[in-house]
Amino acid sequence: MTSIREDDETAGGSEEASNAAVPAKSAAPKKVAKRKPRKRLSRQQQRRRQLIRAGLTGFGILLLQPIAHWPLARRAYARLRPPGARDEEHFLGACIKCGQCVQVCPVNAITFADIDEGFGSAAPFIDSRAQACDFSCDALSCILACPTGALTHSIHAREEVAIGVARLSRPEACLARAGKGFRGTTRGPDFRGRLRDEAVDRWNAIPLAEHPYDRDVCDLCVLECPIGDTAIRLEPLADSDVPGAMTPVVRDGCVGCGVCEMICPEEPTCIVVDPFGEEARR
Amino acid sequence: MSFLRDFAMVFGREPEKPKSRTDAADVLHGRKRGRGVEIQQLIEEIANAQTVHTWRNRRWAVLIGVNLLFTLSFWLDVQLVEGSLTASRFLGFHMADLYSSFLIVLAQHHVPINLLIGAVTVLILWGLIGGRAYCSWVCPYHLVAEWGEMLHNKLADRGIVYDHPMHRGIRTVMWVLFALLTLVTGQTLFLTLNPIGILSRATIYGPSLALVWVLLLLAFEVVYSRRAWCRYVCPIGLTYGVMGAFAPVRIEYKLEACAHEGECRKVCEVPHVLDLTIKGRAEDTHVDVGPDCTRCGLCVDICPTKSLDFKVKGLGSLL
Repeated sequence: MTSIREDDETAGGSEEASNAAVPAKSAAPKKVAKRKPRKRLSRQQQRRRQLIRAGLTGFGILLLQPIAHWPLARRAYARLRPPGARDEEHFLGACIKCGQCVQVCPVNAITFADIDEGFGSAAPFIDSRAQACDFSCDALSCILACPTGALTHSIHAREEVAIGVARLSRPEACLARAGKGFRGTTRGPDFRGRLRDEAVDRWNAIPLAEHPYDRDVCDLCVLECPIGDTAIRLEPLADSDVPGAMTPVVRDGCVGCGVCEMICPEEPTCIVVDPFGEEARR
Repeated sequence: MSFLRDFAMVFGREPEKPKSRTDAADVLHGRKRGRGVEIQQLIEEIANAQTVHTWRNRRWAVLIGVNLLFTLSFWLDVQLVEGSLTASRFLGFHMADLYSSFLIVLAQHHVPINLLIGAVTVLILWGLIGGRAYCSWVCPYHLVAEWGEMLHNKLADRGIVYDHPMHRGIRTVMWVLFALLTLVTGQTLFLTLNPIGILSRATIYGPSLALVWVLLLLAFEVVYSRRAWCRYVCPIGLTYGVMGAFAPVRIEYKLEACAHEGECRKVCEVPHVLDLTIKGRAEDTHVDVGPDCTRCGLCVDICPTKSLDFKVKGLGSLL
């Protein structure tokens, strides 16, 4: 099993190899003078070194396994996963990181996580404050696009989705609870988020920046909820001294699409979506 | 026998001297004796000659074109090809990288039907096109690693860096270990580290922090070990190598004019496949280069005696 190849790979061999790739320059003799002479190794020594280097390189790469697992083990990132996502661990294991769900989403609600999330690297998630899932695809396109079943094909309607559940995170800032209304475009003129309004355009989501509201009592989160009053409802605020004070109440039907979080005009938002606990995801 | 030997070389076996040669090959080998002066002249000629880059330029055009197709398809929203190089849909047809799909199956102990369709499509497609041709004609990491290799060679030429070759069997070991890790932990370490996926996603969806990992890999290759990821780690390359074992697209070596000066082995990413060009090695007058060959064509460009060229088995010498 000896071979001439081994000769090529001696210290002299690497010089030869480097000469070769730049043949025009290898002709210049001045280069030779600069080179440090290297110790010549026996074939056996070379072979041992090749094995050691290979072993160390392989070991080094395997050391990345616990590092990549760390963010997952610590649950360092609580991400909202696209509709149909399996429980976090199985979802990450099943995701081939291709981005087909990212591509088919008509409102670009789905983006990639970065490598700081370890095994969550390049797995898709939804940042609903920036762009919520508004179901304007009507068909759960992301699930249909997923080639691996990381997004399970077992659900078929928006009501069955379980991304997370909304929570009134800053009730003290809620306009409705203060009895206030809302006029103008929510989130300002530079906000790039989009939302479908079937009365304006049946097929395409329109930018929120081009869609002013005029509400006597702010109820944008309730008004624009794609699920309806089984998910969120505006109710009178019982123990308030403010006349006409109302409050949004999140109900069992909430799927966590995040439209309420995106549309809340307060900065920061008064209502957020928390990812579902592991057991709640299909 | 020679097929099995070539096949074993994909997994890390060292090339060896042939046990027997055909009579015709013996005659040609015999004729080369006493041509030392001629070959010396040839080597001087090569040193002064302009290198042609015909196949390299074609290959880079295809590689950039394929990756750009993904990018443009996304940015123009034409849905020509969706996804990235790990898995995609081309005009609605599922495509999935074979090894990545294999890991997904190991992770979830279940074979998703769309993934199976995609993987089989890729298996047939690249089994026909030529296995590791994927590496040199499509893989975006191959392109940046090629640039890294140029830099490595420049530095090595000045004695600043030295190549530290490794045992090629490590690629097979990594193939198994990445699979075992996935089976045991349910998570896909390889897909997290895969520079093909990282670069493919970066070109389509925009840059990410993960590119730092790719830069680290490149730095390792420039400073320490030439083409280390492709040669010693990448399980995708190994998988394509096996897929291309019967591929009709081959590099063919013709013994007759060869001066055995070894220019081809110096530019080759997988030089062990070209050991048959060493003086006295070729078993026959025409030999197909083994399945680990990436069909990149660098050797075809550099060969001063036109002893290496592309061929499609069964199509004669149309190329």
